[in-house]
Amino acid sequence: MTPFSSVTRRKMCIRESGSEYDCISELGELGLVEFRDLNPSVSSFQRRFVSEIKRCEEMERILGYLLREIHKARIAVPEEDESPLAPPPRQVLEIMEQLQRLEMELSEVAKNKEKLQRNLLELTEYTHMLKITQTFIHSRSRHEALGPQYEEFPTMETDSAGGCTGMQRLGAKLGFISGLIQRVKVEAFERMLWRVCKGYTILSYAEVDESLTDLDTGEIGKSVVFLISFWGDQIGQKVQKICDCYHCHLYPHPENDEERADVLDSLRTRIQDLNNVLHRTEDYLRQVLQKASESAFSWVVQVKKMKAIYHILNLCSFDVTNKCLIAEVWCPISDLAKLRGALEEGSRKGDATVPSFVNRIPCTDTPPTLLRSNKFTSGFQSIVEAYGVGDYREVSPAPYTIITFPFLFAVMFGDLGHGIVMSLFALWMVLTEKKQNKKRSNNEIWTTFFNGRYIILMMGLFSVYTGLIYNDCFSKSLNIFGSGWSIKAMFTNQQWTNKTLQNNALLTMDPNVSGVFNGPYPFGIDPIWNMAVNRLSFLNSYKMKMSVIVGVIHMSFGVVLSVFNHLHFKQKFNVYLLFLPELLFLLCLFGYLVFMIFYKWLAFSARESNRAPSILIHFINMFIMQGKDITPLYPGQTGLQIFLLLVAMLSVPVLLLGKPLYLYWLYRGGKGLRRRRGYERVRRASEDNSITPSYDDDEEEGFDEVSNREPLPKQFDFADVCLHQAIHTIEFCLGCISNTASYLRLWALSLAHAQLSEVLWAMVMRLGFKITTKVGVVFLVPVFGLFATLTVSILLVMEGLSAFLHALRLHWVEFQNKFYHGTGVKFVPFDFSLLPSVFEQEGLL
Amino acid sequence: MPSLLFCGPKMAACGIVISIWGVIMLAMLGIFFSAKSAVLIEDVPFTEEDITKDQNPPQNIYSLYNQVGINCFIAAAVYVAVGAVSLCQVRLNKRQEYMVT
Repeated sequence: MTPFSSVTRRKMCIRESGSEYDCISELGELGLVEFRDLNPSVSSFQRRFVSEIKRCEEMERILGYLLREIHKARIAVPEEDESPLAPPPRQVLEIMEQLQRLEMELSEVAKNKEKLQRNLLELTEYTHMLKITQTFIHSRSRHEALGPQYEEFPTMETDSAGGCTGMQRLGAKLGFISGLIQRVKVEAFERMLWRVCKGYTILSYAEVDESLTDLDTGEIGKSVVFLISFWGDQIGQKVQKICDCYHCHLYPHPENDEERADVLDSLRTRIQDLNNVLHRTEDYLRQVLQKASESAFSWVVQVKKMKAIYHILNLCSFDVTNKCLIAEVWCPISDLAKLRGALEEGSRKGDATVPSFVNRIPCTDTPPTLLRSNKFTSGFQSIVEAYGVGDYREVSPAPYTIITFPFLFAVMFGDLGHGIVMSLFALWMVLTEKKQNKKRSNNEIWTTFFNGRYIILMMGLFSVYTGLIYNDCFSKSLNIFGSGWSIKAMFTNQQWTNKTLQNNALLTMDPNVSGVFNGPYPFGIDPIWNMAVNRLSFLNSYKMKMSVIVGVIHMSFGVVLSVFNHLHFKQKFNVYLLFLPELLFLLCLFGYLVFMIFYKWLAFSARESNRAPSILIHFINMFIMQGKDITPLYPGQTGLQIFLLLVAMLSVPVLLLGKPLYLYWLYRGGKGLRRRRGYERVRRASEDNSITPSYDDDEEEGFDEVSNREPLPKQFDFADVCLHQAIHTIEFCLGCISNTASYLRLWALSLAHAQLSEVLWAMVMRLGFKITTKVGVVFLVPVFGLFATLTVSILLVMEGLSAFLHALRLHWVEFQNKFYHGTGVKFVPFDFSLLPSVFEQEGLL
Repeated sequence: MPSLLFCGPKMAACGIVISIWGVIMLAMLGIFFSAKSAVLIEDVPFTEEDITKDQNPPQNIYSLYNQVGINCFIAAAVYVAVGAVSLCQVRLNKRQEYMVT
């Protein structure tokens, strides 16, 4: 199948009975056909296989939960190389059962684990609290022993020397509240207590060394143990309420030291037990997850395939007897045999009594477009399709883009050194592509670069070529063959002396002096220009002319490609009424400009260089038809120019009116000179190359279905066609001028690149050479690193992207609008490997 | 012994690339400077004096060319060392990755 045009499509009708599931499974594995929706008016909830799809989605939900748990436990899911087939319906229930059981088990274990962890946290906090409040009490008792400095309250050791005088005086009961609070809330807590209780409470607190996890939020943070001593019941209630507000964990404060020691002991043993149980629970959980992870991958793939098959089954319709399923598909003609084979295989697997079969049905819709491509051409195909998918059976610009796109890029990028770096990068990507395909990175930018690796490789290689032609390598020229200019000759012929050197800052080499110019450099631009001050004047003139030449050739090629379209769609009149005037207009004006450029290059040498004419003046004079005063370029120039101008002028009305008038004449019955007779009109209609599609044998690929782009309508709207053609004419004619000028961007970007490269060398690299002693190495090494980084980031990435974009624009607009419609629909086959996987996107697989 | 690893995998890869590029490009620049290529005249830091007050023209300029050339070769050697260090880092990174998974 040539990549020239898209594959012919037939609409098929597949009848299946009893073995639909297996047939569609086979088709999905092969990825041959695109299914059409036969029930577009039915909502998704009313379709036939809704319950099966719901079941699949339930299984997907469970699988998602399972994969998340596996991911949390940091277990790797082993992937198999071959993806498993979709399971038959009887196996589905088994899988469903297994998944549900797993889900129940996992959720129970997880719940238990959480309970245990909460418990453990409480016990740990209690332990900390007891230990820390012990230090409070003891420190206070030490203070009390020194003397009653505080009036507050005595310690719990009622027999100590301090005395409970203050408290007993008030006759109120001393109460304690102790617990833990988060570190961040402590200051606010203290302030609130002070304001509310007006100093009748004492708050002592100390930070816990260990960071504890707050189970509700999952945060790990520091906690603070506090001890509030208060007296009075009302204060006690207020304090309680405040503690609740601040989400403190409160624990009972022991009465005395013995009780404290007892509680600490029991807590210790309980914590130990709990830890044991927790470890065992975690081990068990891990075991379960490990076992599940072994089959997780195949389950995911199987469920995905099942769901896809049921979706497709929903698109089919049942026939009258309700036993047979009818599916309509688009299938490429060349794959028909494979399709039949797949259906047979499916019927065999499904043990159906009646095998499924295929018929062709006639259709009037345009089929979707399929262009087969391999890993090399798919990159170029995708950049063409980004503009628009081609119409069915239209000429595709993709195979030509493989060469023209990298070439136009290279014209704008031309630098030998940068080209080499780019090619090496692309080569590395190409050589390690198997490994990279397995890695499946999530970084979008990287995937974009990786998918375009062949494009980048071609661009790099072509840049090496244009770099050699422009003789530009990191902004320095290479002298491979020996320059054609000799300065010594200027001295030997007594043009220059030492005195001339001392008195003049700039000198001009005269190619007319013998020995100075020894012939052109064999390949590319002479390296002496790198040192010339008027380098840009020379290069600009050269590059501008080259851009116009390349542009005119590219556009003419586009116009010529339209012939193939016209001939294929059996619109021969378009060749005479559209193609010919377009080509004549383009070539008579801009082709002549190209001719003049070449003529000037060839006809005028260094000897006549001071009286070489300006092409632009001649071109302008051609249009305003004035040119008597200047010497002609060649004899007969005025005559030829007038002739070309006339041809171009005449082709405009032909382009404008030719096609509408012809179509009008056809509509009126054609051959208007003869009188119309009834039967003749019928015969005329059948001879008309407009409508009739031909029903051909499947096997023959030679005679394709002729789908006409513009079927002769029942009502011929002359004004509409005229308007359409007028727009096309104006677009083409004005477009010729603007598009030719647009190609000058080839010059502009290559100038920008060369200048940037030169500036980078002069301002960065030259600094490294400034110091000539050995100390200079200390500067040279980092300067080179900086130079390399800047080269890659500015010149390769930024300029590369810019040149890529402009080359793409030249293709999309200036080239493709000469022949390409690009209003087709892409063929999307039903293929399991093309279906997206939700789990892969979440990074769970 | 503390770990010798001080840069991540991407930095080490960048190091290798720049080192290889540096070695090749600086070596070639050294060769071209030693061959007294005319295209590189702007990069040689000569002064007015080197031209006018030269006893034996153009030896001053030539010696400057040679000096810059030698500097380039030494810098290329330094980049060989940098490349070796980066290669070690890449190997260490791979080993660490292998041990973790």
